Amino acid sequence: MSRALITMPTAAKRGDVVEIRTLIAHPMETGYRAGEDGRILPRNLIRRLTCHYDDVQVFGAELFPAIAANPYIVFSTLATASGTLRFTWSGDNGFAQTESVVLTVT
Amino acid sequence: MTRAAWVAGLALFAASALGADAPRRSGFDDMTPQLQAMQRDDASNPAMLWVQEGAAMWARGCARCHGDAAGSMKGVAARYPAFDAAENRPITLGQRINQCVATRQRSTALAPESEAMLAIESYVGFQSRGLPIAPPTDPRLRSYRDRGEQLFRRRLGQLDFSCAQCHDGHAGQRLGGSTIPQAHPTGYPMYRLEWQGMASLQRRLRSCMAGVRAEPYAYGAIEFTELELYLAQRAAGMALETPAVRP
Repeated sequence: MSRALITMPTAAKRGDVVEIRTLIAHPMETGYRAGEDGRILPRNLIRRLTCHYDDVQVFGAELFPAIAANPYIVFSTLATASGTLRFTWSGDNGFAQTESVVLTVT
Repeated sequence: MTRAAWVAGLALFAASALGADAPRRSGFDDMTPQLQAMQRDDASNPAMLWVQEGAAMWARGCARCHGDAAGSMKGVAARYPAFDAAENRPITLGQRINQCVATRQRSTALAPESEAMLAIESYVGFQSRGLPIAPPTDPRLRSYRDRGEQLFRRRLGQLDFSCAQCHDGHAGQRLGGSTIPQAHPTGYPMYRLEWQGMASLQRRLRSCMAGVRAEPYAYGAIEFTELELYLAQRAAGMALETPAVRP
């Protein structure tokens, strides 16, 4: 389990654009760097971030070795109805983390 | 060269030679607006991940005695290093935390520079954000602080540089692509982009020592505590930024 910070409003008016900012703790090891002992450090990347608004996917991103550690990703979505936003990061070595935020739409 | 230009040049030379008297600037002031924005905004400051982890550690153990950190730890980080009667020497904030972990929690001390130590230190430091650095006036600290100043001015390493030569004498000028800061410890532990992670003041000092090709002191060495004491005195009154972001 990693640490993640999600910053977004929890209430919005229907039709509003909601900005969502995500930050997750992850080394994003490229697989090309040598460690202190000179051996190549095995690749350890987050490969994918998806955001589902109830059951509809509203955002997806693929991540690659050139992305820095602790990736910060900002996106936005349209507030349509009250529901749960589910964020899923997945990557190498079976890395998987899910966080949810409830959005109330009036 | 006209007389006026000559006088101006002389004034400029005097100003750079007396770098210690220049107005004090945090490393924050020398960063790009983009990096400053990254530090200012808790949603984008990656160091907040460590603060969050520190808050969880606090709730698991420290809170039982110390209660809410927002009250009990306010201003604490701004006062360290401080003299410890039990050890009969000054100790850093990290050493103070470890003393509590070992004697009160009866747990294994946290390794220096470990994720756990950086997390709890960031969380405690975060409670003093915005407060002025307030080194204690304890007279028992004086000899240690004086030794810290001597270390700051001592030339060392194959390159034969002292801290003061760069950070007092040439602060504000460039070393390679970077601006030489005045070396005020305003934001530790900090998130350093080059290291892609959180780092303590001692890691920063060790890296500087390696830069002048000197053998760095070990983590927790008394020399570092002395240097930290002097640096805190030098930066007294400047606002603490913990957790800072630095390039």
